[in-house]
Amino acid sequence: MIADHLLILQVIVPLLAAPLCVVLRHRMLVRLFAVLVGWVVFAIAIMLLTRVLNAGTVDYNLGNWAVPWGIECRLDSLNAFVLLIVSGIAAVVLPFAPHTVKDEVSGDKQYLFFAAFLLCLTGLLGITITWDIFNMFVFLEISSLSACALISMGRSRRALTAAYQYLVMGTIGSTFILIGIGLMYMMTGTLNISDLNDRLQRLIIVNQVPMFVNQTRTVIAAFAFLTVGISIKLALFPLHAWLPNAYTFAPSMVTAFLASTATKVSFYVLLRVIFTVFGVTFAFQSMQLNTWLMPLALVGIYIASTVAIYQNNVKRLLAYSSVAQIGYMVLGLSFVSVTGLTSSIVHLFNHALMKGGLFLAMGCIMLRLGSVQLQDMKGLGRRMPLTMAAFVVGGLNLIGVPMTAGFISKWYLILAALEQGLWLVAVLSLFSSLLAVVYVWRVVEVAYFQEPERPAGGELRRLNEAPVSMLLPTWMILGASLVFGVYTEFPVGVARRAAEMLMGVGS
Amino acid sequence: MISEDAVLLSLGLPLGAAVLISMLGRWPNFRETVTLLAAACLFVTVCTLVPAVMADGRPEVNLLDMFPGLPVGFKVEPLGMLFALVASGLWIVTSIYSIGYMREHHEQNQTRFFVCFAIAIAAVMGVAFSRNVLTLFIFYEALTFSTYPLVTHHSTDKAKRAGRIYLGVLLSTSVLFLLLATIWTWHLTEPHSLEFTKGGLLSNMGSDTIRQQPWVVGILLALFAFGTGKAALMPFHCWLPAAMVAPTPVSALLHAVAVVKVGVFTIMKVVIYVFGIDLLTDTGMSLWLMYVAGATIMIASLVALTKDNLKERLAYSTISQLAYIVLGVALANASGVIGGGMHILMHAFGKITLFFCAGAIMISAHKTRVSELNGLGRTMPFTMAAFAVGALSVIGLPPLGGSWSKWYLALGTAEAGQLPLLATLMVSSLLSIAYLMPISIRAFFLEPSASDVHGDNYHVHTGIREAPISCVVPPCITALGCVVLFFFAERAYQLLIPIVS
Repeated sequence: MIADHLLILQVIVPLLAAPLCVVLRHRMLVRLFAVLVGWVVFAIAIMLLTRVLNAGTVDYNLGNWAVPWGIECRLDSLNAFVLLIVSGIAAVVLPFAPHTVKDEVSGDKQYLFFAAFLLCLTGLLGITITWDIFNMFVFLEISSLSACALISMGRSRRALTAAYQYLVMGTIGSTFILIGIGLMYMMTGTLNISDLNDRLQRLIIVNQVPMFVNQTRTVIAAFAFLTVGISIKLALFPLHAWLPNAYTFAPSMVTAFLASTATKVSFYVLLRVIFTVFGVTFAFQSMQLNTWLMPLALVGIYIASTVAIYQNNVKRLLAYSSVAQIGYMVLGLSFVSVTGLTSSIVHLFNHALMKGGLFLAMGCIMLRLGSVQLQDMKGLGRRMPLTMAAFVVGGLNLIGVPMTAGFISKWYLILAALEQGLWLVAVLSLFSSLLAVVYVWRVVEVAYFQEPERPAGGELRRLNEAPVSMLLPTWMILGASLVFGVYTEFPVGVARRAAEMLMGVGS
Repeated sequence: MISEDAVLLSLGLPLGAAVLISMLGRWPNFRETVTLLAAACLFVTVCTLVPAVMADGRPEVNLLDMFPGLPVGFKVEPLGMLFALVASGLWIVTSIYSIGYMREHHEQNQTRFFVCFAIAIAAVMGVAFSRNVLTLFIFYEALTFSTYPLVTHHSTDKAKRAGRIYLGVLLSTSVLFLLLATIWTWHLTEPHSLEFTKGGLLSNMGSDTIRQQPWVVGILLALFAFGTGKAALMPFHCWLPAAMVAPTPVSALLHAVAVVKVGVFTIMKVVIYVFGIDLLTDTGMSLWLMYVAGATIMIASLVALTKDNLKERLAYSTISQLAYIVLGVALANASGVIGGGMHILMHAFGKITLFFCAGAIMISAHKTRVSELNGLGRTMPFTMAAFAVGALSVIGLPPLGGSWSKWYLALGTAEAGQLPLLATLMVSSLLSIAYLMPISIRAFFLEPSASDVHGDNYHVHTGIREAPISCVVPPCITALGCVVLFFFAERAYQLLIPIVS
């Protein structure tokens, strides 16, 4: 009975849990409850993914209304994988929360914090699971608004401006998306993704001969609005301006969660809209989207990585690194090949792990040191050995050292570039990983080679290692990045299936 | 013992030792016992593989499939066998030496030192036994990262800068060129493979591109040769002199034997098993590499002449000697390859002796410059005698091991008809006399400088004052090794002959 409704439970559980947090109110209870919800959601995602891998696509009609009228949820290997990532990160991050939230969010707001967090989770899961494009927009709004609330709860007052910036940019993005959806609805009269694809194909094919007749122009406009809107949400260079501030000033755990899920889900939406709604032929042959995306991705990788090198706030450094990593995902997409998409989707998974782990490590440092400025981290390698070791592991992942997950992404990305004969792109993307070496090693050198500064006249404050409840999630997630750097069968297998499905080849 | 287990054990032993060492940090004596035991066991384990390999067996073992159809695994072949023997054998000697050195020098963080050392050895074993380019690449990078803490051991600003150069050069060459070459090779083979194959992977399974466009071979070879920054081929050699800030045992084992030899070993393996000697001879695409190697030999020898710092001089000598090996492979004929393979062995013994002596001089006489060594042969006779033997072996004079490898290399250049390169070899031997022999001459035939006799160190003159015994015995052993190898070079030749037949 329940098994049939797992798809909707994936969204309903956190949605209902959010107001319950407000009802419970008690600090301890809320925390435990949130952790419980996180793990339940994760368990559901695991079950759903196994079902998809065994049985193929899983459909669910909301309220048993048949498709064109009712809302459909559909899971294939792509969004089942994204669900797993989002809920997995939530499940790991929630146990991490108590100490850092107590430290960074004022006491009377804690239950609201958890409620907002669960709402944000609901939004992200909803975007991923729904097969209705307007629903996607609604969930996108839910996640953005609750994320905005979460960011604004940061300790620094600049968190408020960061949240405001996020809100403004996010709203512009969603407005673009809404306009795009509206135009598509105008042309097709449907919101269901399969239906949309079907009717759009027909429109496009009918009007292909005189390319720019009125009807297709609307479709093209819809395509443009959607791509730009999603790119804002995705923080694709040069639309990334909201991201660094938001990541820097948000509470540590929010940064960790958003960095490893929000942009990933946006990337999923981009894939879905380009490949499933509009189709490969329209997007890449008629619209030549790849000729736009590839240079943007490359320029984004270089500029963001270079900016990262000059950051003194390590959270901001990692934020710029995230912008660069999004560039790698988009670059993989722009090859429009199975290998390229595999690299994107694998990197989506791997990057969620490594960046999540890195930001969690930052959370540990924030808790004990009270700062994530580079100059305060002198000698931290000896003062907080386990946390800094975690940072090093995450950094090696970012560089793409063999035996880490980052290497796997890099391997497929380069292979995809070579398959297309794109020499320069292969060399450029390899060279860019050297920039990652520079920004990671800047931190490593400070933490391991410099003596901590003693306050004038005083003794050096003794630092304890972060509590186990925080170290354990950090190492779990980074441990996973090491495991999946060696046993690649699962992420690469799923990613390849998803890529083949998107490209319309294979089974 | 079954050979497959021995292969796994040769990685497991040093790794297990690393774990144990890190736990025994509080009891230095136990910690050092573990190092010594592991080194001894490793050498024995590696030795048990020899009969199987000599009998044309190729023990192999797969760890896991990293990518579909692309396993991470090991397969022992003669060249790797020889390299593993050298590295594991010299680890024993170096362990004895480093225990004495680190204690005498009161170095900090000794536990970290020994842990990283053991991990580095495990990585070397991984490289030596790797069955495909991917496995080799993984352990190659592991070696880079595990030796970084060793190079920056002193944590000074100088060490930090050296660490930057070390990591910067090794990592950027490997990421930019070696990884690209690896993935390209995978892409060029049909069906995709990276397996080291007898006769050459690309000659056997290369797709049409290879046959139609021979210049691809040239570019790929360039990517591999320069991508292997550890081989210190010019212009990517500057990390090696920089890495000399490391404690001397590190310079000795890692930067005369393990790390740099992993570099040339990689190039050898790639040329022999990925390209295939015939492919290179047919296409003539390795000609440029011969001349790059030749140039490196000459330039590095000349630079070595100008260096007053003993370790730096040895470093440049290493760069020059490594290029001999690269030259041997680039010649792509039997004598060249055999000569290159034997030079891995011979040079290892010679150069490690020199570094041991340099370290011994540093800890007992506190001297680091060549110009300060006058008369040191009187106070440190054993060390300086070992130094002279090692130097002669590096120069390539009989009755020392180094003469054999140089003989085959010279033969190789002659066979390939590259007379300018033959001349290069001869001139470079003369140069190596010029930069190594003055050290022995100063030590034995010149009077100690006045400041040493009358200065604070007046007691220097008062008789034999060697480094602690554990720092004197190892160079004597390796010096003896140089002599022994002259008489047993035949064994190495026999081991290596299957790779060219």
